[in-house]
Amino acid sequence: MSAVAGLSGRRALRVGPLSAVWRPRAVVVPLVLVGALVLLVAVDVGRGDFPLSPPEVLRILLGGGTDADRFVVWELRFPRALTAVLVGLAFGMAGAILQSLARNPLASPDMLGITAGASAGAVALLVLGGGALGGLLALVGLPMAALAGGLSTGLAIHLLAWRRGTTGFRLVLVGVAMAALLTSLTSYLLILADITEATRATVWLTGSLNGRGWEHVVPVALVVAAGAAATVVTGPTLAALRLGEDSARALGVRVHRGQVLLLATTVTLASVAVAAAGPIPFVALIAPQVALRLMRSGGPPVLVGGLTGAVLVVGSDVVSRTVLPVDLPVGVLTAAIGAPYLIHLLIRRSRRDDA
Amino acid sequence: MTTTSATAARRAPAVPPPPPPPARLSARDVTLGYGDTVVVERLDLDVLDGAVTAVIGPNGCGKSTLLRALGRLLRPRSGEVLLDGRRIDRLPTREVARALGLLLQTPVAPEGLTVADLIARGRHPHQAWFRQWSRDDEAVVVEAMASTGVLELGDRPVDSLSGGQRQRAWIAMALAQGTDLLLLDEPTTHLDLAHAVDVLDLVDRLNAERGQTVVMVLHDLNLAARYADRLVAMKAGRIVAQGPPRDVLTPALLEEVFGLRAVVLPDPVSRGVLVVPIGTRSGAGAQPRTVSTRGEE
Repeated sequence: MSAVAGLSGRRALRVGPLSAVWRPRAVVVPLVLVGALVLLVAVDVGRGDFPLSPPEVLRILLGGGTDADRFVVWELRFPRALTAVLVGLAFGMAGAILQSLARNPLASPDMLGITAGASAGAVALLVLGGGALGGLLALVGLPMAALAGGLSTGLAIHLLAWRRGTTGFRLVLVGVAMAALLTSLTSYLLILADITEATRATVWLTGSLNGRGWEHVVPVALVVAAGAAATVVTGPTLAALRLGEDSARALGVRVHRGQVLLLATTVTLASVAVAAAGPIPFVALIAPQVALRLMRSGGPPVLVGGLTGAVLVVGSDVVSRTVLPVDLPVGVLTAAIGAPYLIHLLIRRSRRDDA
Repeated sequence: MTTTSATAARRAPAVPPPPPPPARLSARDVTLGYGDTVVVERLDLDVLDGAVTAVIGPNGCGKSTLLRALGRLLRPRSGEVLLDGRRIDRLPTREVARALGLLLQTPVAPEGLTVADLIARGRHPHQAWFRQWSRDDEAVVVEAMASTGVLELGDRPVDSLSGGQRQRAWIAMALAQGTDLLLLDEPTTHLDLAHAVDVLDLVDRLNAERGQTVVMVLHDLNLAARYADRLVAMKAGRIVAQGPPRDVLTPALLEEVFGLRAVVLPDPVSRGVLVVPIGTRSGAGAQPRTVSTRGEE
């Protein structure tokens, strides 16, 4: 009997009391993505007035090179690349969790207005806080303001749409309305601001990695690490929730508690990423769907979605700085990739709903 | 004589028949509803252990609502659902999931999820994040797949299956939970007759071989009559009659509960009964002479 050899596609990995399913894709795909990420980061860090080849960059990152090399790489360029990686991870993970919870590929933090809420919070601080913003306040204040904006949006969506069932267009429609509302609030704040602050905020709002330093890396790094740990622990709950609320409850999941925890994780990841690099558009929407197709798993995978997001952000940054004649903010490029993809998703979705 | 007992049950729905040994699953005076609507009012039910119970009734009579309440998906407005003598909504939901499996109406699996992965989710109440595929898990899942005949479909995405295969896969997931009690909400919807019979044969086998207690909502009266040990007939949120199919399915009850004029014949295949609707196309004098309007043999 074939049953003796185990179930095909679900080979076991067991050590003592620990057990998991051995899926080659779950090892190979992340390894390939990490490899691509290292390469892209090396290229990204090498770009600039003082060009370095990718092998040189890697050597310097591993401790080699002159003091000047190390200063350029460690102090000036690597934080920027690392911010890109972490922000990509955060957006990708946030998108995968939200799409899984809502069982809807359109439900990403950007579509539901969560990043718009975080942006409004951050812009409010940038504009109302004025030029006094710097040092510790920039390190703690901006992420906190973004988090406050993101969390209130998340709460509003939860109250307005979520409790009546997470699937379908209702959630997305409420989200789109929220996003529009918050975007106009942000515009209003920009009009209030003086011209220099408004310009700065506008660049930041397209999603930009320019001038990112360690003070931007630290908060996202902490949140991404916590988010990744939470993802591992809540993995089975999320897997059950992908079957729908009733099925999950039947399987013994505390549905409401799980949803609130996971929604809070999503909002935190997305908001802190917004604080670090602005609301880089579409990453949270696309990355999980690409990861889903790479992994062929049932539902957008969270960690691989994060890695895909990181590749997308760093890759867009590399392209905008090498191929294109002008240095564009990274968000311009992700929007150029993301918008056609969104249209494709909407058409395919509405066809299926019509059928 | 069967008619008289059924009539008695019908006249006094609040008085259950002589109490059998305490049921593992029961509803006590439950009132159920959604929003402002009350669907089920002050209902009592003891689920007979080790038996297959079918809940029948017209659309909107509260069958599925009752099943959802028995499966703790819906909290009663008042009254209580008891599992092993304890209030089901006060038990840890995980513990309930190890005692009671539930198959909902037309569940939808995420795109691309494979059959084996779906069925393995049934082990959720027995797992932790660091223990996701133990030897026990694997053995139970393989057995659930074998008994539902989906073992060779393990690698296929659920959304690529036919209706019958999909239904069996979902039943296998509920089986993989390894519970003594199984609640099925219209397990044969959207299936053609042959596949419906397949699914119910499976239910019958589970009951016969593992002694599993099954409660299912069924629309087809003849399938209910054939496969259930007990029928619970509901109308407008109340139980009108319950008992063996032969006692419950009488022309009078069908008229009362469903507004259906029908004759009840002995089932030529089993020792049960067969409901034949009269409708308007029956034609004068076309009634067979063997008609027994009393549901007797």
